Amino acid sequence: MGARVYLSTIGLRAQAGQAPARTPGLKAVGTNVLALGAVSLATDISAEMVTAVLPLYFVVTLHLTPAAYGVIDGLYTGATALLRLVGGYLADRTRRRKATAGAGYALSAVAKLGLLAAGGSAPALGAVLVADRAGKGLRTAPRDALIALSVPEQALGRAFGVHRAMDSLGAFAGPLAALGILALAGGATAEGFDALFVTSFCVAALGLVVLATVVTDHREPRPAAGSVSPGAAAALLGDPAVRRLLGAAAVLGAATIGDGFVYLLLLREQGLATGWFPMLAVGTSLAYLLLAAPLGALADRWGRAPMVLAGYAALLVVYVLLSASAGLPLTVLALALYGMFYAATDGVLMALAAPVLPPALRTTGLALVQSAQALAYVLSSVGFGLAWHHWGATAATRAAAGAVLLAIAVTTVLLLRPTPKEPAA
Amino acid sequence: MNSATKLAVSLACAVLLAAVAALSIGHAADSNREAAGHGDAGAVTLTPQHRLVFRSTAQGSRGRLASVATAHPGGRRAVAPLSCTRLYAAGGTGLCLRLDGTLATYQLVILDAQLKEVRAIPLVGVPNRARVSPSGRLVAWTVFVTGDSYNGGKFSTRVGILDTRTQELVPTLEDWKVTVDGKPYRAADLNFWGVTFTADDRGFYATMSTHGHRYLVRGDLARHTVTTVRENVECPSLSPDGTRIAFKSAIGGDPDRGWRPAVLDLDTLRVTRLAETRNIDDQPAWLDDRTVAYALPRGREQPGHSDIWQVPADGSARARLLVRDAESPAALG
Repeated sequence: MGARVYLSTIGLRAQAGQAPARTPGLKAVGTNVLALGAVSLATDISAEMVTAVLPLYFVVTLHLTPAAYGVIDGLYTGATALLRLVGGYLADRTRRRKATAGAGYALSAVAKLGLLAAGGSAPALGAVLVADRAGKGLRTAPRDALIALSVPEQALGRAFGVHRAMDSLGAFAGPLAALGILALAGGATAEGFDALFVTSFCVAALGLVVLATVVTDHREPRPAAGSVSPGAAAALLGDPAVRRLLGAAAVLGAATIGDGFVYLLLLREQGLATGWFPMLAVGTSLAYLLLAAPLGALADRWGRAPMVLAGYAALLVVYVLLSASAGLPLTVLALALYGMFYAATDGVLMALAAPVLPPALRTTGLALVQSAQALAYVLSSVGFGLAWHHWGATAATRAAAGAVLLAIAVTTVLLLRPTPKEPAA
Repeated sequence: MNSATKLAVSLACAVLLAAVAALSIGHAADSNREAAGHGDAGAVTLTPQHRLVFRSTAQGSRGRLASVATAHPGGRRAVAPLSCTRLYAAGGTGLCLRLDGTLATYQLVILDAQLKEVRAIPLVGVPNRARVSPSGRLVAWTVFVTGDSYNGGKFSTRVGILDTRTQELVPTLEDWKVTVDGKPYRAADLNFWGVTFTADDRGFYATMSTHGHRYLVRGDLARHTVTTVRENVECPSLSPDGTRIAFKSAIGGDPDRGWRPAVLDLDTLRVTRLAETRNIDDQPAWLDDRTVAYALPRGREQPGHSDIWQVPADGSARARLLVRDAESPAALG
């Protein structure tokens, strides 16, 4: 099997002391990471082409009101955090990371056909969207564990960077694909949406085919009895290195206020027309997809913890810019920095976490880190909403900037504390 | 499987999937093209003439503005070549909310009585309510503004009002002076939707939501004020005589449980529930001082198809089917 031979060659070269950061181009990350990136790319195109037009579909074709849409959407969020842990634990327990991730991808793909079957029934639509989100929750941690297993430790940052770049390229292309399909289908009619959902399913299914045929699983022997159990997973929390990691993820998550708020504040402070709203997200993801791979590679050289901290420094600047009335150039700068913040933190945090976690429980551990960050983020978004309401936008943004500053300080202590070198996992 | 077999299997799957996608898009394009060939110029006018205009959801004329005689709602329908996703008409003025090209942006189009476009305004967000004042002078619309997949799905609605005589545009009500229960009120989460105008071309009613409450508000276009009248009244529609408001009433005050049509007497603030047992998620329209009409989607069996139903405004009798395959009702004259 070509891929495996190739990967082991990289492993050998890395072990022989050649810095992977100097290996030119994408080859340094190996076929498996590129294949996983391609799966994510297809899945994200499929997901985002639906997400981009779902409000349109609900309101125009099904005549659901915003309130009904809000109820459905409320189900949508929050369904993933717990399932991430389930997915992670399942993958560790069975040692079948590819199969676990595949189940998640398949669930989301089938959900696209479910949109057709649900027709105008709001409860059925809600169930379909929850299934879609559940698929995402299930697949994320096993996929990240597979990425971590596919490259030598020195190249982790670059590998996650390349994967996240391909992933966000999908998010970027999805809405454009949706517009193209509706145009080809002759308009945003019921028939046009049906064609869109069928196409979205086909794209997701193509991702599944790539996963099944190109991606290689890394299946070690079944774990020793007792090494993967709820008890052992709980014992992860006893490891000071893991605790520091979780603490850092939670603190950093708590300092993030949510994209919606950032874009709303930019609109408000800069006096931009509301029509620019979707463009703000496009600007951010453009910066994200351009910077994810280079910053990931840079993190391998510089150190991943400093890169995560640099990312939060960029976020601090964004929050400061939010509270100052500024012109269009500064808005563009804020969006670029916001994309940089994602590029410097999202994948890099996983690259930082993977080596610290014991191999037997690595997927569970990655899921824990993601969940800690996500839950803290939900709380901080609610908190920021309240602060905005009670104190006004300016004071709330200043408080958010202060929280980031505090988070950087705490995280510096947690992640950069001189410790005896962790044994490479 | 060796790698050559895998490659062959993957390629076969890819070709198959691409073919399925292409077929579904082609099928949609065919049926949309078929629908686009329909309608006669001049078949529909908006002058007061005892007719009911609506948006057709029938196969073949899907989305077209159409009309039937009020006395014979089941009779022959006249179909115009104009497509709208939501429409309303009164006093010789039409308001058509429609997709702007094939991109997912919208525009609102003001029509004169001959369906000629008087003015088009680009909209941000997805429009879902449209109203014209009885005189035809003022038009109002509601758009549903979402950010994008990154903002956690928070939605908000925004109301716009245009005076077609002075061309003065009110882009949003969110910065108007708000009074809740007699006290001045400020909040960042104000949402407005579902405007209905009074006969004087100055006042209007609408729904305002804030902090989990949904109010009927009365607005004043001259003073830029809105004042709450009562809670739990959504998508109001003022009767032609100006004494009552038809609206969708959340069951038990909880929109999650669905809506039923009801009528509020503005003098006594007494609510009469109408004899309709299905979930009504539409802004009602008055056919005359005694009858309320609304669209009811056929649901999951036939998504995209709706029918217009009518029910007596005093709650005295059950709902009856008025026009098949139609929505967005507006009674002319």
